Amino acid sequence: MTAIDVRDVAVSYGPVLALDGVSVSVEPGRVCALVGMNGSGKSTLFKAVMGAVPLDRGTVTVHGESPARARRRGLVGYVPQSEAVDWTFPLAVRDVVMHGRYVHQGFTRRPRAVDREAVDAALAQVELTDLADRQIGRLSGGQRKRAFVARALAQDASVLLLDEPFAGVDKPTETALTELLRRRAAAGATVLVSTHDLHALPGLADEAVLLMRRVLLHGPTRDVLRPENLALAFGLDAGVAS
Amino acid sequence: MSLVDLLVEPFAFTFMTRALVTIVVVSVVCAVLSCWLVLVGWSLMGDAVSHAVLPGVVLAYLVGAPFAVGAAAFGFLAVGLIGAVRDTGRVKEDAAIGIVFTTLFALGLVLVSVVPSQTDLNHVVFGNLLGVSADELTQILVLAAVVLVALVLKRRDLTLYAFDPTHAAAIGLRPRRLGALLLALLALTAVVALQAVGVVLVVALLIIPGATASLLTERFSRMLLIAPVVSVVCGVVGLYASYYLDTASGASVVLTQGIVFALVLLVRRRRPALPGRTRSPLPVGTGA
Repeated sequence: MTAIDVRDVAVSYGPVLALDGVSVSVEPGRVCALVGMNGSGKSTLFKAVMGAVPLDRGTVTVHGESPARARRRGLVGYVPQSEAVDWTFPLAVRDVVMHGRYVHQGFTRRPRAVDREAVDAALAQVELTDLADRQIGRLSGGQRKRAFVARALAQDASVLLLDEPFAGVDKPTETALTELLRRRAAAGATVLVSTHDLHALPGLADEAVLLMRRVLLHGPTRDVLRPENLALAFGLDAGVAS
Repeated sequence: MSLVDLLVEPFAFTFMTRALVTIVVVSVVCAVLSCWLVLVGWSLMGDAVSHAVLPGVVLAYLVGAPFAVGAAAFGFLAVGLIGAVRDTGRVKEDAAIGIVFTTLFALGLVLVSVVPSQTDLNHVVFGNLLGVSADELTQILVLAAVVLVALVLKRRDLTLYAFDPTHAAAIGLRPRRLGALLLALLALTAVVALQAVGVVLVVALLIIPGATASLLTERFSRMLLIAPVVSVVCGVVGLYASYYLDTASGASVVLTQGIVFALVLLVRRRRPALPGRTRSPLPVGTGA
């Protein structure tokens, strides 16, 4: 069954049309990159997949279910942009990763042994075990990103949404994240990455979607990243997308 | 007179015993709630809700209903009005809050000035820790228990709501409902606290303990313990001070809280602040 199926979706904020007739479907086990300028609708498409924005028309399903049901089942793991997080918040890395387990827990979200094990396993996968008790603001840019990826891993989400995962991240982290996401995909997860940073994509994404309020192109990453295609989304300065 | 005598003597009076129980209970509830309020950034909202309950208290007095009923009604009314004014899109949220709460507070003061009363309704404005009646204490205990139980049971959800509402939504929680729960608990807590320190000073108990605790730890679970402990100590110290120095009781408690916050801030300044906290919204200071 298709993991993410977006059909003819339109979304507007007041008079501003953010998405106009967008159709994208991604199969399980694939890594798909959303490529476009700021304001091209990448974030809005994420919100549509999470069911966090009303649709003017069209439908979205995640593993055949409505976004609301998919959310309640914990299918969708979201890794936010670094700018969207309050890094002064008094939480340790371990606390944030435990948030991924909430969907599997009861009324008061009291952690059980299975939850602690999942958190430890997720921390080990992103190599943050040694920093588990550190306050999140006291991490480097790359470590911060890995902490939130660990939260999605602890959630055991089968669909991962990552918003600008390589922004402000060092090269080793970028390599480690790429390998980690490839492994998750090999294990059957579906990964949707939004970015305007193109250099990391060939090693990461199987396919790419060129977005500018509508889908300009959807195909194998190498084809989509050809200069003449990027020019469509980024204007004439193809390649120096920002 | 020995130290023990000094500490025990005031409680020969029933009113002092009641005041002690009241300030301990109020300090704990307000301090626990304040941990979330300072992190969500709802200080102004706390100020608004606590002021806006005044007309409700006066009207409750008029019809002989418990203060808590009238206060809670106006607390929710204030929240609704703030939302309605903000959602018109014509004024920003802080302006909406400022307009609604000052207007309701003024309505309360007007009502106080025209309602002939046996009990001094000014006590609701400035608090009268030493004049808490047995009935009022029962009300305080019941409401405090309700708020505390709700906060403790839903503490993890509320923390996630404060930290990352997007993730909360992504796993099927409802951030709007959690926000509404926090507001409702805020309204009830304002009712609990106003009899102790008065409408004007409630906001101090709703902000200072959480702010002080946030200076002392980087773990939210520890904030939830440190804030009430510090708050209770300040409450008791303030109460003694007011007894022996013959000063206003509620104000003495708040003054103690403020002094302790200032001391903690001075001591903790040596520790490097978290990235992001060094930014100052003021035009003076670090220049960041």
